[in-house]
Amino acid sequence: MSSFVSQFKAAASVKTADLRHRQVIRTALRSYEVVRDKRKASFQSWESARQAAAETKWEAVNHLDTHLEALTAKLEARGTKVHWASNAAQAREIITKILQDKKARSIIKSKAMTSEEIHLNDALEKAGFTVVESDLGEFIVQLRHEPPYHIVFPSMHLTRGEIKELFQRELGDAPSDSPEDLTMVARRVMRQKYLTADVGFTGANFAIAETGMISITENEGNARLTAALPKTMVTLLGIEKVLPKFADLALFLPMLATAGAGQPMTCYNTMYSGPRQAGEVDGPEEWHVVLLDNRRTELLADPEQRDALHCIRCGACLNVCPIFRNVGGHTYGTTYSGPVGSVITPHLRGLQDWKHLSNASSLCGGCTEACPVKIDLHHHLLHNRRNASTSEPAFFERLSYKAFGLLANEPGLWWLAKKIGWLTQPLQKLVKGSALDPAKAWTKTRDLPPLPQETFKDWWKNRKPTQP
Amino acid sequence: MSERENILGRIREALQTKAPLPGSHTAGGSTTHAISDSPAAQAREWLPLVGATPVEQIALFAKNAADLKADFQPLASRADLKPALLRLRDAENWQRIASHQGELSSLAANALGLPVLWTDTGYDVQAMEQCDAGITECDALIAQTGGVAVTSRSAGGRALSVLPPHHIVIARRDQLVADLPAAFALLQQKYTPDFPSMISFITGPSRTGDIERILVLGAHGPKKLTIFCV
Ligand code: SF4
Repeated sequence: MSSFVSQFKAAASVKTADLRHRQVIRTALRSYEVVRDKRKASFQSWESARQAAAETKWEAVNHLDTHLEALTAKLEARGTKVHWASNAAQAREIITKILQDKKARSIIKSKAMTSEEIHLNDALEKAGFTVVESDLGEFIVQLRHEPPYHIVFPSMHLTRGEIKELFQRELGDAPSDSPEDLTMVARRVMRQKYLTADVGFTGANFAIAETGMISITENEGNARLTAALPKTMVTLLGIEKVLPKFADLALFLPMLATAGAGQPMTCYNTMYSGPRQAGEVDGPEEWHVVLLDNRRTELLADPEQRDALHCIRCGACLNVCPIFRNVGGHTYGTTYSGPVGSVITPHLRGLQDWKHLSNASSLCGGCTEACPVKIDLHHHLLHNRRNASTSEPAFFERLSYKAFGLLANEPGLWWLAKKIGWLTQPLQKLVKGSALDPAKAWTKTRDLPPLPQETFKDWWKNRKPTQP
Repeated sequence: MSERENILGRIREALQTKAPLPGSHTAGGSTTHAISDSPAAQAREWLPLVGATPVEQIALFAKNAADLKADFQPLASRADLKPALLRLRDAENWQRIASHQGELSSLAANALGLPVLWTDTGYDVQAMEQCDAGITECDALIAQTGGVAVTSRSAGGRALSVLPPHHIVIARRDQLVADLPAAFALLQQKYTPDFPSMISFITGPSRTGDIERILVLGAHGPKKLTIFCV
């Protein structure tokens, strides 16, 4: 078994038995469903909006080269420096070099899953820079030295009590455990960091080819400040973030807010088209945009699953997923968790190492239904299973199908197997779930149904013909 | 070869094979109907409904702004602006404010009788941080969402609308637009081809739900957002 599988299984067994975890996640998501449904219902047609969003993304992704060229030409024309990174190492190198050239010491960051993907914070800290996450949830998990639990709600697994203790320990300041007080502590700490940081770092939610813009969605205002105060700004985004037209945002911004958090609009949706321009009073003197591939082109090369690149990272599929809710975000061991993570991680990090994620699904289809851009998530989980078994069939699986084929083709052997099964099943009870049980994987947590004494065939043969 | 060419090359190679259109489950198939050039163009028909008359739209804006915990104050005339601002000044004990030159923003800032930090020719960030309120104009009020659109050009730069703890927007009644598609069309028409380097849709005061998903206002940006409409 690959170490990723065993880690996943071990972590999943712990979390599924953790009733406190279940309670916290349930509480965190209960209001989500109510407000999201209310918001969806306020649309004149959520379904038509989804179809249009899916088609817009289809257009963007299936002409990605043209849109990226248009985007970069527009960005460069207004003084933005555009960099291209094929993989994580290149992206880290580019960003480190920018910081060194600027002789920067401190970096203020707003939330960016791409930076988690390339393990940027570790690399920058090793290179001697101070990095502060400014999004409250990200700040909390950074203080705990752990990755975000959820792509939209990084600290949803923690209670206010735990956060109070954390602030007390790490910041020496936690007047009470009220969310209001704790948020104000973070606000105070962060204010001075904004004013003194050399570089502001952001991610991006969308890029607009038509006008050469990067669009950032946030509630707190931390990205706004990150893009306003430091002298240098760096933005890292995946190449799939591009949308063709400026006006497309009129559809995508409310859909992202609705699917992600049940809001009509996220508090700040901000489009940046350059560093500080002539006649403007503030903003960075230099802006670097780093475009990241990191095997997105491999996903692009699979037409069957190409639509997974439509993802706008709203988190809706995580929120509704029974697996995510029970095993928790950290169990996946991936940057992107939940259904979308299970679909794309095998492409981004290797099919054989990550195929187990596609099996951790009840195939209920809740994710596909929740997805605002109509990604066929649960079918893609099946596609991954198929691809994994055709590229490297499991030995035992092949053997057992062979054996089953043999039995099913020989009536005599079939009859014998049934009789043996019926006679030996009581013995199985004695070893149920233990190492001696051949059906352990199933019986550890479930019962085997008893084999019937009389089979359907027997019953058919022995039945009394009804009298006319 | 540069990384740019490497990446674009991989993209072009990958796109040699067509992907099925959204909604169809068949893999590798060719597209049956072409999708329109701009599938999102009719967004207005699917987004939340907005009434056609100005009266309905202002009522909707007021309702949405209230839901967002923003304070919306439609005023009968420009003369009402001063007393309304003075009430805020006294209630919150403002000592210093920041603003930018503009027909309405200057009128408002000068009405207060307080020291004003003007951002127009550059400003000291620490000084702005000490201000109790930031007064800006805007580009549009959006009835559909209860939010405002500002830009680095119309609202005194990037920081003024987000650094002080109370953001005051002074808007003209004719800046109210029905919905998001109208707001985007307006911005595009007004600024193409020379966009301000920042355009921001502000929908309510800064907020977070990162602790137990409980709403707290004023996470990093303003705790309060007041919108005057004259
Ligand atoms: S796959 Fe769909 S539902 Fe899941 S995060 Fe992406 S856009 Fe949202």
